[in-house]
Amino acid sequence: MPLAGVASQVHVGDGAPLNYFLHAAGPAAGPTLRLDWVFTAICVAVCVIVGGLLSAAILRRRPDVPLHQLAHGTSGLRWIVIGAGLSVPVLVAMLVYALFTLNQVATPAETPALTITVTAYDWWWKVAYDDAPDASAHFVTANEIHIPTGEPVRFKLKSADVIHTFWVPRLAGKTQAIPGQTNEQWLQADAPGVYRGQCSQFCGAQHAHMAFEVIAESRADFAAWSAEQARAPDMPNDAAVTAGKALFLDKCAGCHAIRGTDAQGAQAPDLTHLNSRRLIAAGTLSNTAQNQLAWITGAQRIKPDSLMPSIALQRDEAASLSAYLATLK
Amino acid sequence: MSDLPSDARFPESGRMPPGSARQIRLAGIWEAPPGLRGWVSTVDHKSIGLRYLVTAFVFLLMGGVEALIMRVQLARPDATVLTPEQYSQLFTMHGVTMIFLYALPVLSGFSNYLWPLILGARDMAFPRLNALSYWLFLFAGIFLYSSFPFGQAPNAGWFNYVPLSGLEYNTGPNIDIYALGMVLLGASTTVGSANFVVTLIRMRAPGMSIDRVPVLVWGTLTASGGNLLAVPAVSLAFFLLWLDRQFGTHFFDVLNGGRPLLWQHLFWMFAHPWVYAVVLPAMGIVSDALPVFCRRPLVGYTPVALSTVATMVIGFIVWIHHMFATGIPALALAFFGSASMVIAIPSAVATFAWIATIWTGRPVFKVPFLYFAGFVLLFVIGGVSGVMTAAVPLDWQLNDTYFVVAHLHYVLLGINVFPVIGGVVFWFPKFTGRLMSERFGKLTFWVLFIGFNLGFFPMHIAGLLGMPRRIYTYSGDMGWNTVNMITSIGSFVFAAGVLMFLADLLWSYKRGPVAGDNPWDAPTLEWSVSSPPPPYNFATIPVVESGHPLWEERLFHDDPSRARTQLDEGLILDHGREALATRALDGRPDAILKMPGDSYAPFLVGLFSTLIFAAMLLHVWWLALAMLAGFAVSLTAWMWPEAPLGQREPKREPRGETLG
Repeated sequence: MPLAGVASQVHVGDGAPLNYFLHAAGPAAGPTLRLDWVFTAICVAVCVIVGGLLSAAILRRRPDVPLHQLAHGTSGLRWIVIGAGLSVPVLVAMLVYALFTLNQVATPAETPALTITVTAYDWWWKVAYDDAPDASAHFVTANEIHIPTGEPVRFKLKSADVIHTFWVPRLAGKTQAIPGQTNEQWLQADAPGVYRGQCSQFCGAQHAHMAFEVIAESRADFAAWSAEQARAPDMPNDAAVTAGKALFLDKCAGCHAIRGTDAQGAQAPDLTHLNSRRLIAAGTLSNTAQNQLAWITGAQRIKPDSLMPSIALQRDEAASLSAYLATLK
Repeated sequence: MSDLPSDARFPESGRMPPGSARQIRLAGIWEAPPGLRGWVSTVDHKSIGLRYLVTAFVFLLMGGVEALIMRVQLARPDATVLTPEQYSQLFTMHGVTMIFLYALPVLSGFSNYLWPLILGARDMAFPRLNALSYWLFLFAGIFLYSSFPFGQAPNAGWFNYVPLSGLEYNTGPNIDIYALGMVLLGASTTVGSANFVVTLIRMRAPGMSIDRVPVLVWGTLTASGGNLLAVPAVSLAFFLLWLDRQFGTHFFDVLNGGRPLLWQHLFWMFAHPWVYAVVLPAMGIVSDALPVFCRRPLVGYTPVALSTVATMVIGFIVWIHHMFATGIPALALAFFGSASMVIAIPSAVATFAWIATIWTGRPVFKVPFLYFAGFVLLFVIGGVSGVMTAAVPLDWQLNDTYFVVAHLHYVLLGINVFPVIGGVVFWFPKFTGRLMSERFGKLTFWVLFIGFNLGFFPMHIAGLLGMPRRIYTYSGDMGWNTVNMITSIGSFVFAAGVLMFLADLLWSYKRGPVAGDNPWDAPTLEWSVSSPPPPYNFATIPVVESGHPLWEERLFHDDPSRARTQLDEGLILDHGREALATRALDGRPDAILKMPGDSYAPFLVGLFSTLIFAAMLLHVWWLALAMLAGFAVSLTAWMWPEAPLGQREPKREPRGETLG
């Protein structure tokens, strides 16, 4: 499984997975990171200089004269001439640098070989690998985007409902997913790893829990993962699994899809290879059997007002549903 | 002169000493009737200005409490103080309240109170319109809050993007309240702005040429001009949204050819100029009041006045910087990003003017000075973080993170709240006749200043750590725990400072030391009249010969002939409520204006307008029609020709009484 290989490379270093000020992992984010540092340095310097001037202006010693007497002499206009005169070239230089950076990150250096269609939903992400000429290689997954390292990947961004924003801070800036139009975004990961993404446009009650992950892996691992995803899962012949599947078709299939079964719902994440994913509930919970059950029975507690209902299950129902879900590898 | 109308009159000139029979009669002409009757019907700009200030402060407190509740929720990860829906309503109402019901109205309060006094006029150009502007603001504020107690307040953010605010995703009355409330509030802003513009053009004292008006006037004038151009966009947007929601039109409806981006354009075409409208008058407060405490005129009056106007002009071509992430082509983004960075230049001019004023002056460390000097630092911090967000690729990271929350709070609190509090302390003696406390005031400033920076500076860090805006909670492993805890603590320190300020305000109102006419030895006309000013402002119309009428003798001590401003002698206008109209550019006397008396009409027009909107909200069309009839009757009463205004033949009076 490619997943095992990836899991060991997870970026956990600084404990702030969306931090884009200290980390950038590809050419769509790197130039912006440097721009950020240079701008931050200039801005801090401006604040320090102006703060220093202000303090000096306030505190500098002056002759003691009666309050009634007004300060005379200099018009002070030289301050404005020099101050604005120094600010303008700095600002122009910053502007030119920003425009160069814009040019660098707006489009990739080479044409991306891979295009992935991401559709934002309240409050999760549908990920479709549908650009291969061979339709049998197409597949759909959710909230976890695998990409090959070292090459630019193009994203087509759509929305199924309201406006969301697709954002993987360490790989690129934001692009809105707007209903009625298809926006494009590219990104590239130079090193294998897990890069967290997050919706950043307020999109309703569960905007806070609308995360996803981009998993960058070698071309070979990516190809293996893709082949695995395109395949329908096997279903062992087991009584509990069969009961669980029936339960799934009864309670879950209205919204969720599992390829190769009658479950073809399109309103919720495709669960065909559920267990290949690291997280569930759009980046909210780690993907364990226990969390799966917790989510199914307590979705409204974990993500209040989300479109996933909390489903009451008998103990035996929970066991068989779990057994069935465990087959979705 | 043969073409003068038959009732033309050349007013007499002279003195009107306090206590003289004529002065007492003049006061009687201008005084509002006592009691509730006068309270509802008054059109005195001073009463209206103070009402604006008090009402805006009440909204500030409400918005502040909303913020504190949110900060309790966000202090720790995975908190459950609020449900997501409650959080959505709170952050939406916090934004709506602070931006629409506090930030501009509070400045309208200052300008309403101060403009006629600063300009040497008896009132605003349209006193009844002024009253209407206030009543509409108050009623629109109540309207916007009317669904809050039922848990159905606006909940899609103050920016209210479609389709989230469309009927499909938001079925309750929440957004309809917001849409109609904003159209109503837009009417208030529009009539208020028109009044300021006309007041500047017509109501300045003789001699107050355009280069002698204080910077606050430039700021409010610029803001008013901006509002007149910007408000229609947002009123239209909200009206179209209401039509989409209630009548099935398709302006924003994707399935039928509508475009969600249209909303963003209309909204930000309004909202970005508006950002400048809520800071430029406040910057004007600093430009006028800071020099008083530096014992010298402002450095660079002309560049500062021009930079005020330039900021607003450029402010109309930067709205796309709120939309960098919407898929607009990079070339267009480059243009709007560049314009957004250029706006830093007029800001730099103003900043260096303030610092130069302090440097070349002799600062007097009174409480207002602290607020104005503190403001300069916060202005610079909020300004440079604005430059960062203007850089397109950088904004693709910063946008919609807490970095922007930090930026906008440095701008709106730093450039609005700090000058406003400084301005209240500064003009409190003029408002009430009493000074606020000096020692407690300094302590209050430091609590506010430290609380503010403790609360809002860490938000920059949270933003760089990737914390998105408008999330109701966050997980503990995102690295945001510490910054959020510090922010929450800071916000409560700041809130304590606000309470201290209010306590000082109330105490000083009753017990503060009596101020006298000009406790700060300030140079502008409002300080030449008593504190609080008489209802007619100026007994005789002053003649102004410089930008610093009360400092002339000292500023021109080497050429005393330039100190020609006349304050205690001038035109006497006392045949009813009268004011002097002057010409737009040079300020030469032009006409005697018959000013309207107190009237219930503005209150009723405002009330009926609001009830029309309430009926529209509830779809009770017969009620809407009935209220429309009430509106028409009130408006007719307002417009009914009046003899004292010269709109009707006067009743026969004994000859020789009125015509000179």
